Amino acid sequence: MAASFGVSSAAVQAVKSSASPLPSPPVIRSEARPISGRINRSRKAGKIATHAVAARTENPASAASKTGHEVLLFEALREGLEEEMERDPRVCIFGEDVGHYGGSYKVSKGLAEKYGDLRVLDTPIAENSFTGMAVGAAMTGLRPVVEGMNMGFLLLAFNQISDNCGMLHYTSGGQFTIPTVIRGPGGVGRQLGAEHSQRLESYFQSIPGIQMVACSTPYNAKGLMKAAIRSENPVVLFEHVLLYNLKERIPDEEYVVSLEEAEMVRPGKHVTILTYSRMRYHVMQAAKTLVNKGYDPEVIDIRSLKPFDLHTIGNSIKKTHKVLIVEECMRTGGIGASLTAAINENFNDYLDAPIVCLSSQDVPTPYAGTLEEVTVVQPPQIVTAVEQLCR
Amino acid sequence: MALYLSKSGKLLPHFKQKICSLGMISLSSIGSCFSQNPPLSPEDGKTPYAAPAHHPSLFASRRFGSVKAEKLASITNTGDSQALNFPGGIVKFTPELKFLADLPEERIHCYRVLDESGHLLTSDFVEIDKDIAVKMYEDMVMLQTIDTIFYEAQRQGRISFYVTAAGEEAINIASAAALSMDDFVFPQYREAGVLLWRGFGLQDLANQCFGNVGDNCKGRQMPAHYGSKKHNYFTVASTVATQIPHAVGAAYSLKMEGRDACTITYFGDGGTSTGDCHAAMNFAAVLEAPVILFCRNNGWAISTPVSDQFRSDGIVVRGQAYGIRSIRVDGNDALAVFSAVHMARKMAISESRPVLIEALTYRAGHHSTSDDSSKYRPIEEIEWWRAAQDPVARFRKWLEIQGWWRCESDTELRDRARQEVLNAILVAEKTEKPGLGEIFTDVYDFPPSNLRDQEKSLRQTVERHQRDYPHFQL
Repeated sequence: MAASFGVSSAAVQAVKSSASPLPSPPVIRSEARPISGRINRSRKAGKIATHAVAARTENPASAASKTGHEVLLFEALREGLEEEMERDPRVCIFGEDVGHYGGSYKVSKGLAEKYGDLRVLDTPIAENSFTGMAVGAAMTGLRPVVEGMNMGFLLLAFNQISDNCGMLHYTSGGQFTIPTVIRGPGGVGRQLGAEHSQRLESYFQSIPGIQMVACSTPYNAKGLMKAAIRSENPVVLFEHVLLYNLKERIPDEEYVVSLEEAEMVRPGKHVTILTYSRMRYHVMQAAKTLVNKGYDPEVIDIRSLKPFDLHTIGNSIKKTHKVLIVEECMRTGGIGASLTAAINENFNDYLDAPIVCLSSQDVPTPYAGTLEEVTVVQPPQIVTAVEQLCR
Repeated sequence: MALYLSKSGKLLPHFKQKICSLGMISLSSIGSCFSQNPPLSPEDGKTPYAAPAHHPSLFASRRFGSVKAEKLASITNTGDSQALNFPGGIVKFTPELKFLADLPEERIHCYRVLDESGHLLTSDFVEIDKDIAVKMYEDMVMLQTIDTIFYEAQRQGRISFYVTAAGEEAINIASAAALSMDDFVFPQYREAGVLLWRGFGLQDLANQCFGNVGDNCKGRQMPAHYGSKKHNYFTVASTVATQIPHAVGAAYSLKMEGRDACTITYFGDGGTSTGDCHAAMNFAAVLEAPVILFCRNNGWAISTPVSDQFRSDGIVVRGQAYGIRSIRVDGNDALAVFSAVHMARKMAISESRPVLIEALTYRAGHHSTSDDSSKYRPIEEIEWWRAAQDPVARFRKWLEIQGWWRCESDTELRDRARQEVLNAILVAEKTEKPGLGEIFTDVYDFPPSNLRDQEKSLRQTVERHQRDYPHFQL
C-alpha cells in the first residue's frame, strides 16, 4: 500500500480535534510539511506519533508483514462510519434504505442493528427535505451523514445544500454550524442510464461554504469519511459506483486523512497528471503503458475538489512543467475546467505547454455499453495526450 | 426475523399495531383491528400473523417479517363485512362505488376564545397569569410600533427592506408566550415578535436591519432576517419553506436526546405548496418528531390569494392526510393561539408527535416593502381587517375587562415604545458597518487559502483605489 501511494516521507503529526476528548489518531500527510491552519487549531506542538504507514516506509521488511486487514472500498466506508458513530453519539445517518436494508451499496450495512432506528434513519423519498432535516439536526448539535442513493438524486437537494447548508453558518454570523456530510455514489457506471450517471461535483463546485472531496481507494475512503464527519463544515464526499468493490489492505489502527490534500500516487518527472476518483485507475493503467514507452509521469489524485490543493499541485508543476488533467466531468464547467483556470492563474510561468484536459463529452450518458464506454476518457487517450504533451 | 426496538424513550400511549403479514380475516368489529391481540380467524383456526402481537412498534419493527403463503387464510364469505390485511393495515371492504367528497360539507370549525369586543366565548381555554398577559400586550404594542417605524424607515431610504407582521401580532406573541425558552424556533420571516418576546433587544433588531457591527449576523443577511442562537431562534433564510424540514430535523435531535422541549416552525399559506412542506410534514409523522407546525394562513402569498394556492379546506385538513393531529384557530385571538400552542406543545413533547396548527388571519400589511398590495386587493378589504379584527385591540379589550389594563396607559405605552424604537434606529444608523474582513469569515470554520488570497486581493484593490471605496478606510 505504501508503494502504491508513493508516500515520500510520512511525517505524521497528532492533530487535536477540538471537539473530542479522545486521543486523536494520526493524520496522514502526503508530504512532510506543516498542517494548514484550518484543521488543527490547537495542535500539540511537535508531537509525532508513529503510524503503520510511517513504519512501513522506514522498514521495508515489515512492510510486507500481515498488519492491517483487507477490505473492499464500501466496507472501508462502513468502517469509517462505524468508528465515528461509536466515538461520537451525535453522528447519525439519514438516507433512503440505509437502515435495515443496509444501504443500496451496503455502506451502512449492520449499523441500524447496532445503533438503532433513530441513529440510522430511513427517510421517505424526498431528498430536499431529508437534506433539510440534516441541516436542522446539525444546527441543533447532531452530526448527520446524509446518503444520496445516487449522487444524481441530490440535485433535488440543491436548494438545501447551497442555500442552507452552505450559507447558514455565514448568514447567521457564525452562530450556527452545519457539520453535515453529504455522500453517495456518482459518476458513470455500467449502463445505469443518463440520470444515474451524473457528476455532481461540476454543479456543486461553486457553492460557497461547502467542501468537496472524492475518495478513490479503500484507504482514503475510510480516512476521508472520518475526516468529513469530524469537520465542522459541510462536506460533500463523492464516491464512485464502480469503485465500491476495490480491495486493499488498510491499517488496523485508527487513522484520518486530510480533507484538503491531494495524494501523490506516482512520483515522476515528465508530466503532471491530475485526476480523481475512477479516472485515477484509467490514468494508472495508461501510466503502465507510458512507462514501457519510456515516459515518467507524475500522477496526483487531487482528492480535494474544493478547495484544490494547489500546494501539492504547484510543486509538481514546478518540477514537470506540463499538465494533463483527466476527469470524468463533462468538458463544460467541470472540475477540470476550474482546475485549468486555477493552474493557469497561479502557475502560468512554470508551464512549458498549454494545459491539456481530457473530459467526458457534453452529452447525457448513453445507455448502450459501447457508446457509454467512449463517453469516458480511456487509457489510450491518456497515453496519446502525454505523448503529444511531451513532444 | 430481526426485531428492532426503537431507541427512543418515548412510547406511544396507545399501541397501534403495525401489521405486515398478509391475511384475510373476517371481523365483527373494526375496532379489534387496532387492539393488541387481533382475533383469530374462525375459519382456519390459526393466527394470520407471523409476528408476535405484543410489540409497541414505533418504527415498523416488523417490516421485514416474511410471510409464508400458507399463513394467508383463504377468502371466505361469512356474510359479515370482510376485510383484508393489506400492507399498511387491515382495511374493510365496501360494496359501494362511492368516492370521498373533495371538500367536507362544512369547513372545519375555527377555535376562538374572545370575540371582537374582548368578551370570553368559552371557558375552554388555557388561563394566563396577569403578568404574562400584560407582557403579551406590551410586546404586541411594541411589535406594532416596530413594524410601523421600521416600515417608515425603509420608505425614507434608511434601510433597504423590511417585512411587517401587521395583523399577526397575536400569532407572534401569543405563540411565543406559550412556548418555553428551550423550544427551538424555526421562523419564516414574519415572526419577529417571537424573538422580541424571548428578549432580543430593540437595538439588536435595529442593528440587524442596518447591518452594522452590532448586528449578530455581521451584516450578512437582509433586514428582518434575524437569528439568535442564544434565544434558540434559527436564522431566517429567504428560501421558502426550507425551515420546515430543518424543524423536523431539530425535533429529531431533541427526540434523540430525550429533552423536554419541542421545535416550532412557522410558514404561510403559500409555503404549504412547496415540496419541502409536504415532505417535512409527512416525515414528521413517520418519525414521530416533537414539532409544532404552525401555519399562518393569512390569505395571501404576495399577490396570490389562497383560492389560487390550494383547493383544500385550508391547511388544517392536511393534518389527517399525513396522520397528524391538527387544529384551526382564530389567528387574531391571542387567547386562542396561546391555548392551542400550549396544548400542542404538551402533546408534541409527552407523546412525541407532530401537531399542526392553522391560524386563520389576514395579512394586514403588504407582503414586504417591495410590494404594494392595493394593486391586487381592495383597500376597503385591508382596512376592514385592520380595524375590525385587530388582534391587539381585541386583547386589550379583554385585559381591560379583566381589570389588568387601563385605557389611559395605552398612550403612555405607545409613546414610550415609539421613542425607544426611534432611538434604536438613530443609534443603529450611526453605528459603523462591518469591515472588509467579515466578507470572508464564517464561510467555513477557518478561511481556506483561496479565501485568504481573495481577501488579500480585495484589500490591495481598496488600498490602491481608496477614493472609489469610501466606506473602507484602510
